[in-house]
Amino acid sequence: MDRIFHEVRVKAAGTEIGHRAGMSQEFSGPAREALEAVYRDESRRVLATLIRLVGDFDLAEEALHEAIMAAMEHWPSEGVPSNPRAWLISTGRFKAIDRIRRRARFDTALDDVVEKLEGEEFDPTQWDDEHLEDDRLRLIFTCCHPALPQDAQVALTLREVCGLTTEEIARAFLTSAPTIAKRIVRAKSKIRDAHIPYEVPPRKDLPERLDSVLQVIYLIFTEGYAASSGSSLTRADISEEAIRLGRLVMNLLSESEVIGLLALMLLQESRRSARTSSEGEVVLLEEQDRALWNRALIDEGKTLVERAFAAREIGSYALQAAIAAVHSDARTAAETDWTEIVGLYDVLLNANPSPVVELNRAVAVAMRDGPEKGLALIEAILKRGELEDYYLAHSARADLCKRLGRTDEAIASYQRAMSLARPTPARRFLARRLGELGVVVDMPLDGEAGVGA
Amino acid sequence: MKYLLMVFYAEKNRNALSEQESQKLMVEALDFDDTLRKGGHFIAAHPLESVQSATTVRVRNGKLTITDGPFAETNEQIGGFLLIEAQDLNEAIQIAAQVPPVRLGGIEVRPIIEIDRNNIKKIWTEYSMKSASRPQEPR
Repeated sequence: MDRIFHEVRVKAAGTEIGHRAGMSQEFSGPAREALEAVYRDESRRVLATLIRLVGDFDLAEEALHEAIMAAMEHWPSEGVPSNPRAWLISTGRFKAIDRIRRRARFDTALDDVVEKLEGEEFDPTQWDDEHLEDDRLRLIFTCCHPALPQDAQVALTLREVCGLTTEEIARAFLTSAPTIAKRIVRAKSKIRDAHIPYEVPPRKDLPERLDSVLQVIYLIFTEGYAASSGSSLTRADISEEAIRLGRLVMNLLSESEVIGLLALMLLQESRRSARTSSEGEVVLLEEQDRALWNRALIDEGKTLVERAFAAREIGSYALQAAIAAVHSDARTAAETDWTEIVGLYDVLLNANPSPVVELNRAVAVAMRDGPEKGLALIEAILKRGELEDYYLAHSARADLCKRLGRTDEAIASYQRAMSLARPTPARRFLARRLGELGVVVDMPLDGEAGVGA
Repeated sequence: MKYLLMVFYAEKNRNALSEQESQKLMVEALDFDDTLRKGGHFIAAHPLESVQSATTVRVRNGKLTITDGPFAETNEQIGGFLLIEAQDLNEAIQIAAQVPPVRLGGIEVRPIIEIDRNNIKKIWTEYSMKSASRPQEPR
């Protein structure tokens, strides 16, 4: 929490207001506590509203900083305002108007902006929760606009919506802070130059626009979930951030797929401590110690699956969550209700035809009806050639051959899988080692996410 | 905001259309122009002759070079353009999605920079006058 005060002090250093705010004198007591609380709980909401009011990300961020500086100056002597949030919005807005005015001296085009901003009816008391939450939703849809590259959507969402620093984002994605900063700057320029509007899309555009929001959230989650060792602490944080985002979007927009995604994340998260061995190896679902599964997360996830299934149309996140929920119900891997799982894969395949889903279904069929049946399905998929280069298809075939005692075929398929496996864990390991030596490796985000894992 | 919609498609796909399909596309495109006009979005729109007719002109060190062909060899070429008025990128995307040949290829949406002619010229005149009044360096 000291971070913001530090940031503000650094920014304020040398400025007149910074001097007057008495940077030398200690800022403490009830004013500091109140400001810390409002910053922790409300700063992202205040920022979202300021972005809408001033129509510019950078200007809004500067205005927020200046408003906080002003609070540090005024609150200790004048007392904490009755509505600190409204005070920050209103002060931020005035600071932004000042800034635009100063710039307008050099750019007459800005005159209109000032006029519009000053002319607008502005009553800070009207900033009830509902108005502010609308602004948060606008911010999310803007950050996840499909006209922005996906890695920039991810970085921008974590920066602007979650309030992470570029350093924190860089650490979580094993890349350098300047790389992340560049992505964010480019995205902001595109939002400004191409006039990407600050709005929640109209109903008819909602499905595809929501899709890109959900993809960003799930990508953030899987980035934090896929990593198994080493910097696991920060990785868990990033998954938590995704879950928090999922909750936020669900509270604002209770579409079935939003509920489904949150359920899916919670059910996957429930297995976190079981899916890594003490040596840092990944433990497969069937070999996990189910006593380690987090029952509270499972219960919440299952309740959400039921809610998502009450909708008229059931999407692929809800179906994947339902599959995860069936696994959670089994006390041992052997007790898994494979009939139910195959049935859910049938529906998922119908809603979202993909050879990877088909492969997962084949594995479930093998569990229900025996390895021969599953093997026949997998060989049919491989024969079509679509998954010929997908290592999991060959390793699934190898597993079934092994169970049937066809050792030579199993070995051949495992070897084929080995030759195809992307060396991601190895690359992560080397990237980390290089990082320890101060060399930063830029690893691109990986958009692929497994299904029903 | 003004946006330029550049219509890209592989010419061989365009040429593969039958006479009837081609006529139909043309009529649809003209109708769409009318729709844009009625909605106040239309500024200009034209199809372009084949990329085989393209000539690229460059000037380097004062020397003019003229080459046959488009600026860049790509699988898909610009087959036409629309200049439209739209409120923001979302509206421009909505419009782009309805341009009939979008089904043949794709459409690149680019915001237009609005230049304040008078202001730029005024600033430039002031600047040149200031530099003229400064003492010249001896040649």
